Amino acid sequence: MINIKINNIETEVPEDSTILEAARGLGIHIPTLCHLDLHDIKMVNKVGTCRVCMVEVEGRRNLLPACSTSVVPNMIVQTNTPKAVRARRTIVELLLSNHPRDCLSCERNLNCELQSLAHEMGIREIHYKGPRLHSEKDTSSYSIIRNSEKCVLCRRCETMCNEVQTVGVYSAIHRGFETVIGTAFDTPMLDTACTFCGQCVSVCPTAALTETDDTRNVWEAIQDPNKFVIAQTAPAVRVALGEAFGMPVGTRVTGKMVAALRRMGFDKVMDTDFAADLTIMEEASELIHRIQHGGKLPMLTSCCPAWVKFIEHQFPELLDIPSSCKSPHEMFGALAKTYLAEKLGVAPEKIVVVSIMPCLAKKFEARREELSSGGAISDVDYVVSTRELGRMIREAGISFNMLPDEDFDDLMGESTGASVIFGTTGGVIEAAIRTAAAWLDKDNPAPTIDFTQLRGSEGIREAVVEVAGLKLNIAIANGLGNARKLLTDIRDGKANYHAIEIMACPMGCVGGGGQPYHGNNIEVLKQRAVSIYAEDKDKPIRRSHENPQIQKIYADYLGEPYGEKAHELLHTHYHVRNII
Amino acid sequence: MTAKADACECPPTEEVGSYPEIDAFCDTLPSYDGALIPVMHKAQEEYGWLSRDVLLYISRKLGVPASKVYGVATFYSLFNLEPKGKFKINVCLGTACYVRGAENVLAAFEQELGIKNGEMTGDGLFNLGSIRCVGACGLAPVVMVNDRVFGNVKPEDAKSIIDEYLGEGGEAV
Repeated sequence: MINIKINNIETEVPEDSTILEAARGLGIHIPTLCHLDLHDIKMVNKVGTCRVCMVEVEGRRNLLPACSTSVVPNMIVQTNTPKAVRARRTIVELLLSNHPRDCLSCERNLNCELQSLAHEMGIREIHYKGPRLHSEKDTSSYSIIRNSEKCVLCRRCETMCNEVQTVGVYSAIHRGFETVIGTAFDTPMLDTACTFCGQCVSVCPTAALTETDDTRNVWEAIQDPNKFVIAQTAPAVRVALGEAFGMPVGTRVTGKMVAALRRMGFDKVMDTDFAADLTIMEEASELIHRIQHGGKLPMLTSCCPAWVKFIEHQFPELLDIPSSCKSPHEMFGALAKTYLAEKLGVAPEKIVVVSIMPCLAKKFEARREELSSGGAISDVDYVVSTRELGRMIREAGISFNMLPDEDFDDLMGESTGASVIFGTTGGVIEAAIRTAAAWLDKDNPAPTIDFTQLRGSEGIREAVVEVAGLKLNIAIANGLGNARKLLTDIRDGKANYHAIEIMACPMGCVGGGGQPYHGNNIEVLKQRAVSIYAEDKDKPIRRSHENPQIQKIYADYLGEPYGEKAHELLHTHYHVRNII
Repeated sequence: MTAKADACECPPTEEVGSYPEIDAFCDTLPSYDGALIPVMHKAQEEYGWLSRDVLLYISRKLGVPASKVYGVATFYSLFNLEPKGKFKINVCLGTACYVRGAENVLAAFEQELGIKNGEMTGDGLFNLGSIRCVGACGLAPVVMVNDRVFGNVKPEDAKSIIDEYLGEGGEAV
């Protein structure tokens, strides 16, 4: 510990502290922009590029950036001298002088860190008139829009993509005023190795990185009398949507969400959780099949489209280990346009499936040709993120907080606790093990439901689960950098697992790239995960195979789990992809 | 990039050429840590410029993302991302050279060669470019032709410098 003085207050701080950390400990606020420290997920951006946190240090002629200057014994810091305040204001004005300043019509209006800074500093005039960087928007991908004109070069996206996710799509390109954060050879995002996990969007302080907006398409479909529009909602949406309406983090809004979707005009409001139960039927069958018939092990879960794209680009030699199961919302889409079309007497061409997802990668996934009926009828038509749904509810003039709780529609709306936990890291594998355990241990009247050893928030977790005398080695990774470590071990023959669950985003889907902004606070994600498990506990049925609507769909339509019809509708294949 | 082994063992779908000169240079390195810029220098020395193919090859060889390699290539004006002429004439426009009239020297070369800064002559013989400080400010204004440094250059020297290279095997190209 060392002693320092900030704004005449003496304090004792650990030796490796920065001035910023020491000041925060004293409740002294120093403005920041590029700085981001989410150490729980190893996302630490201390590049000191923006200079918004400049402070005065006694004995130093120049101002120093508080975020990246370490404390030294007896350091005397002043954060609020006229010189420091003036410098910080100048820096923000300079940033704004090269910024479009179209806040009123900007996606991040009222939710932008640069706008907040300008507000906080009371900026009323921008004294600097200079050239502005002009750059084309990259709208090539179906998931993420890049607008370099709004970029402040904080490098958070680069740190997230390169160091946390180890995908390496972004780098600073060119030099000086011309610098942009871009891709190799200025390749359009669609043609890069981007997984569209959207974590760069989650940490972008401005609207330089945003999601592709699909809300117009959805409104048009809803208003088209010739369309039958079905909404399905992912598990992680119901524990985060409330944040968009000022509710406490972790508020469960399942019933209100259903009511809102119905008021928006969807013809049916159904649940991706139903399809998650279906996924478990298929995935647990596949796992047991692989174990009992000497199939390829480990089996990897395939629900996360960002993770699937990651393995296609980065580990093409391992494409035979992910489960062949489509992700739940794609299974839902395939059945909506076959089974449901038949049951409801609606022509498949008329049905529009809209997935409400915590995810941006699902937008790209929905465009995959193989996830359609012969390339003609897409399983899923549109994907909107939790953030987009929040905007749509507001646009529709619905007072979300005052809505009554309503239930999902029949046929594909019922779900179990097992499907709910798909929304957080460890949940998919726990759901699969719940069913596999019940199937393998037929004589056990009360097989285990809560496999708590599979829960947690660490990036990589391992557990041995004993089921009917069988010891299953399980691994779980969240975050693609962690996934890379597991996959490298598998490739090199150093790992011996039966099943692995991988989710691309920190903490899984609760931390998805399409969720309400977490405000640079990982506790938000943890709270959402707590709510996911609470929702699971409250469900009367907590194992997928016990879902009566699931039993009905197999009896009426699909036949055997992992059977012929199921393969045709519910399974897929993967492609080798380029690395750029 | 800690391991010396070629970092990318997977088969990327975009085929790149083979560059034995890069391989040979990499073999002389004790580690790939911090090797990116030296390898790029070597590649440019060998091939005159850094093509997309070469940059991708280096990216895969060293296990550095292609975005990073491209970022470094575009950051340093020293790296050529387009083919260059046999003789690369670079006029230093760093501060010291600039205040001693480098701009006029550049203009003289433009006139003599009939091309603008950044262009190549039609016969592929000369490239004209500008560079930032080369650390020889005592000789300002400085002009470099490939690796050779000309000091105290005056605008009227442009013709004789060009002639020297024309004589030195211009016809052979």
